[in-house]
Amino acid sequence: MKFIMAIIKPFKLDEVREALTALGVQGLTVTEARGFGRQKGHTEIYRGAEYAVSFVPKIKLEIAVSNDLVERVVDTIQKTAATGRIGDGKIFVFDMQQAVRIRTGDRNEEAL
Amino acid sequence: MIRTILRRAALGGTTLAAVTLSAIAFAQEAAPDVPPAPTLDRGDTAWMLTSTALVLMMTIPGLALFYGGMVRKMNVLATAMQSFATCCLVTLLWVIVGYSLAFTEGNQIFGGFSRLFLSGMEPGGSHSLAASIPESVFMTFQMTFAIITPALIAGAFADRMKFSALLWFMGLWLIVVYAPVAHMVWGGGLMGGMGVLDYAGGTVVHINAGVAGLVSAIVLGKRMGYGKTPFPPNNLVYSLIGASLLWVGWFGFNAGSAVAADARAGMAMAVTQIATAAAALGWMFAEWLTKGKPSVLGIISGAIAGLVAITPASGFVLPGGAIVIGIAAGVLCFVASTWLKNMLGYDDSLDAFGVHGIGGIIGAVLTGVFATMAVTGAADPVGLVDGNAGQVFTQIKGVVITIVYCGVATFVVLKVIDLIIGLRVSEDVERDGLDLSLHGELVP
Repeated sequence: MKFIMAIIKPFKLDEVREALTALGVQGLTVTEARGFGRQKGHTEIYRGAEYAVSFVPKIKLEIAVSNDLVERVVDTIQKTAATGRIGDGKIFVFDMQQAVRIRTGDRNEEAL
Repeated sequence: MIRTILRRAALGGTTLAAVTLSAIAFAQEAAPDVPPAPTLDRGDTAWMLTSTALVLMMTIPGLALFYGGMVRKMNVLATAMQSFATCCLVTLLWVIVGYSLAFTEGNQIFGGFSRLFLSGMEPGGSHSLAASIPESVFMTFQMTFAIITPALIAGAFADRMKFSALLWFMGLWLIVVYAPVAHMVWGGGLMGGMGVLDYAGGTVVHINAGVAGLVSAIVLGKRMGYGKTPFPPNNLVYSLIGASLLWVGWFGFNAGSAVAADARAGMAMAVTQIATAAAALGWMFAEWLTKGKPSVLGIISGAIAGLVAITPASGFVLPGGAIVIGIAAGVLCFVASTWLKNMLGYDDSLDAFGVHGIGGIIGAVLTGVFATMAVTGAADPVGLVDGNAGQVFTQIKGVVITIVYCGVATFVVLKVIDLIIGLRVSEDVERDGLDLSLHGELVP
């Protein structure tokens, strides 16, 4: 089991969700996030006062998947979320020790 | 009409020399409030009822939204509350003493006490400055001006004044500063007698509020983190709605100051619209050229600057003059709010001085330039365009008197409150936001 965390551009969310659903992903969690990478922030000006805003709005996706799906999920997110410009985001993959479905108490692969 | 009467008094020959300390010291004028035979006019009354409601709308919700949208999210309710509470407090104080001090017979500085608690205001009677409408309407119309003026000051010290101190300040300032200045200009006092032209409140409302704002910003000091951490506006759509309500309400302010439904009210309305549009574009293009982008906050700030500047001039000027006044106000208020403020280093949070003070001064001086007998119907030249250059100097004298009186009196009021209960919230309160700390509420 792997835990995949992806940071993507907000407007790409629906496209990514559709592609992942087609792949057989059963569920994912979405968080509105802010951060910075190579894409720098922007400047806001209010009556001459300039503020550098260094964190850019992003979407954080969290998906738990079985080992056989990992490569395809990573591949799909990468292809779907890419625009080719700086700020497209990143994908991180972790080993996952355990998963539990709270309603039934199912463990691991059965809980995904 | 108020301003016609004042102009006649001026042309009657009050000389410069008369404006000495001895003249200031309680010289009596001919009684301005001898009850005239009441011949109420239905058209005038209907318009003044409408105007009164329009001017009230400028403060609630207009100013509450305009200012509320510009502060950080943690202070939005406290800021809106300042406008709303000021509205309520001033209403009662105006009834108790303010109206009497401003608009009854007295000396050169303030009026008398003959209308204390509105005593003697008969339902069928009228005020000598507005003979064709009931005095109850005139009193309420003037009340809405008395409400918005102190409420405007709050923009200068947003984010950092205690609410208790705010109430004391608003109440004392109304009595010590607003009522006397209104009396001096409109109620038969010093400046009206000198011939200072102020159709709808350029000196009484805007220079007055702007200077008081500047003094407050300096006395209270800068907000924590000013210039270091960002203070982004929480919602400029609120500010845009507020500015738009102010604009619409301003027709009651300016055209209502005719105190009649007549041709001069019509011209006041037209020039108000024209100057406001010119100022909004003036600020927008100035910002676009120097900062790279035309902002929403910029164009609405410019509109307010134009409304402020045309206020003393409406009822005196033609559309051509209105365009010049508007462009001057838009560009110069932009410079004041972006460059002058930073250069001098005071923290006028929402630019009460930069917009109302500077805009008011520009309007007051240019009124002396563009006021014309073509609008007032006077037999003699009025402003510089008519060939009466002296009016410009009269206007400048009015500006200086207002700045000095308001500046000194506001400083004293603030220092007294600071000494007794303190003006400023604690650092913890300021850091956590006034909404939660002072009012126990939050905007999610």
